Amino acid sequence: MSEIATEAWMNVATNNQRNLAEEDSEQLRHYYHQMLLIRRFEERTGEMYTKARIGGYCHLNLGEEATIVGLMAGIQSQDYIFTNYREHGYILARGVSPGAVMAELFGKDTGVSRGRGGSMHLFDRATNFMGGYAIVGGQIPLAVGAAFALKYQERDGVVICQMGDATTNIGAWHESLNMAKLYQLPVIFLVVNNGYGMGTTVERGSAEPELYKKGCAYRIHGERVDGKDVLTMRDVTRRLRERAQNESEPAILEAISYRFRGHSVVDPARYRPEEEVRQGRADDPLQRYAQVLLNAHIIDDAWLKQIVDQVEREVQEAIDFANDSPDPQVEDLFAFMYATPVANTPGVSDAVVAAQIAERGA
Amino acid sequence: MPVITYRQALNETLREELQRDETVFLMGEEIGIFEGSYKVTAGLLQEFGPKRVIDTPIAEEGFVGMAAGAAMLGLRPVVEIMTINFILLAIDQIVNHAAKIHYMFGGQSSVPMVIRTPGGGGQQLAATHSQNFEAWFAYVPGLKVLAPSTPYDAKGMLRTAIRDNDPVIFIENLALYNTRGEVPENDNYTIPIGEAEVKRTGTDLTIVAYSRMTVLALDVARRLQEEEGVSIEVVDLRSLRPLDKPTIVNSVKKTNRAVIIEEDWRSYGIGAEIAATIQEEAFDYLDAPVRRVAGVEVPLPYAKVLERAALPSAQHLIDAIHQTLAGTR
Repeated sequence: MSEIATEAWMNVATNNQRNLAEEDSEQLRHYYHQMLLIRRFEERTGEMYTKARIGGYCHLNLGEEATIVGLMAGIQSQDYIFTNYREHGYILARGVSPGAVMAELFGKDTGVSRGRGGSMHLFDRATNFMGGYAIVGGQIPLAVGAAFALKYQERDGVVICQMGDATTNIGAWHESLNMAKLYQLPVIFLVVNNGYGMGTTVERGSAEPELYKKGCAYRIHGERVDGKDVLTMRDVTRRLRERAQNESEPAILEAISYRFRGHSVVDPARYRPEEEVRQGRADDPLQRYAQVLLNAHIIDDAWLKQIVDQVEREVQEAIDFANDSPDPQVEDLFAFMYATPVANTPGVSDAVVAAQIAERGA
Repeated sequence: MPVITYRQALNETLREELQRDETVFLMGEEIGIFEGSYKVTAGLLQEFGPKRVIDTPIAEEGFVGMAAGAAMLGLRPVVEIMTINFILLAIDQIVNHAAKIHYMFGGQSSVPMVIRTPGGGGQQLAATHSQNFEAWFAYVPGLKVLAPSTPYDAKGMLRTAIRDNDPVIFIENLALYNTRGEVPENDNYTIPIGEAEVKRTGTDLTIVAYSRMTVLALDVARRLQEEEGVSIEVVDLRSLRPLDKPTIVNSVKKTNRAVIIEEDWRSYGIGAEIAATIQEEAFDYLDAPVRRVAGVEVPLPYAKVLERAALPSAQHLIDAIHQTLAGTR
């Protein structure tokens, strides 16, 4: 690993002496299943993108599977999640059907956002997955507001606000930290530090490259964890979640991670040193976790082979579902404009006229 | 019927809505202990406490976004931006988030929030504190933008805005806060979003206006009726998005002449949109070109003589009316 990347691993909490005998084996296998699902879903998503089945921008979670699955394992069903635009894995690990996620990437009416949002704007009300947001840092004030609402309504639950490393440089981050602490809100800011904001290293973008320390001006507790270790990630999330819930205290959780590919599907990532990429990929969170489970005899080679086949089928079914799903109806172009309908707004007939003209020119 | 100020109408409405609905809360800079920079929230912290009336730090993007996030979980925040000039700091949360969330996520989350903020010049506050940015927000699908001109409308429209499930930008005007008008007591009336009102009927010419310019237009219409016998119809837009095109077009079809007055800058403004609408939908009815009266396109200067020259006035409107009527009456 390069000097820069090595520096990011300083002060990382990890636990290699874990006693898995106290764990529920079924649950441990389930984590691996979810990680593998994200891995294959994202690999096939990249493939579908190059086949032009998916449009727009597309950012993959490859390499970040342990961070995502550990996070989701550490929170509760009543909690709310806001993420950035690299969020396919998060919504999958939250339990949303891979078919509905893939259908959204395909722009279909059966997609999680009815084909209106695409890859960067996934949403699922039923699981409190409150959206992927594509303006860097836009989700942070929203997440703080959600935590404010939980406290106002005296409800159980915390809010997870996920973001990338470079997001900690924007103004909304600082304004939000200040208010989260002032109003004592149950929100956890999860900073996924994969070393780069697009092509800019953390050190070139942030005067304080140890990002978990950036809450100190607001007296917000911060921790750094090994984001490639699913169980550590889960345990730290669980502990910070309890603290947020019981003490109504915000916290920063920085997960050290590595993205296996470029910023987006079309980014060849030439700005990263070859040796760093080789090492980053060599330390694969899936392989690492599989070894832990094998060593503890929680899985064997036969199980690993079987789960690969199962995930392959699940992802293929998701692609088939997306493929076979209908496009949104053009009559519904204005369907979600307003939650409260009002006079003098365009409607179905305007949509039909616009669509007919577009169709003639197509 | 009692006569109250525009400020009182807003204050009463906020109080009534806080009483009516536990999910309604207020947030903004200096709205609590200081009682609001323009005292619109006077007495409300005392009456409802710090849970419902929340003083924020100076962090417009942060607290506007917070309000939107709280709205996504079912609360009804009413945010005060001290003056519209400061709303630019929050524009990402308004335009890229509040305005998009319901549509972009396929209708799964509404954002029932109101942002109240006064615009307007004429107070010698100079370039950064005298602006009118309503056109920037009226431009954005997903927002609802209101600009009431009277205490009666302010009350009925703020009620509607707070009960509406979409983000509403509620434009007030510094020079309107002390204006007075009749507002019924114990009357739960509401005014629908998206509907203009003909505030005065006439046959010779239509003035299209909103917010403070409606007050000015009504005054000019009265004077010209008395002094020159000209019959002027005044259409008060009230809602800038959605825009009530039928009411504008129907009025122009009747009077055949139109002058638009707006306090914002002339180019790319509300008036440009209305002039385009009139030529698209009432071209054959026009007896004269549609004229615009608007702010002069400079950063508003401080010196009184320069400020006066830059802002639209009754005389600017009267001149435009005379030009529009000339040779055609």
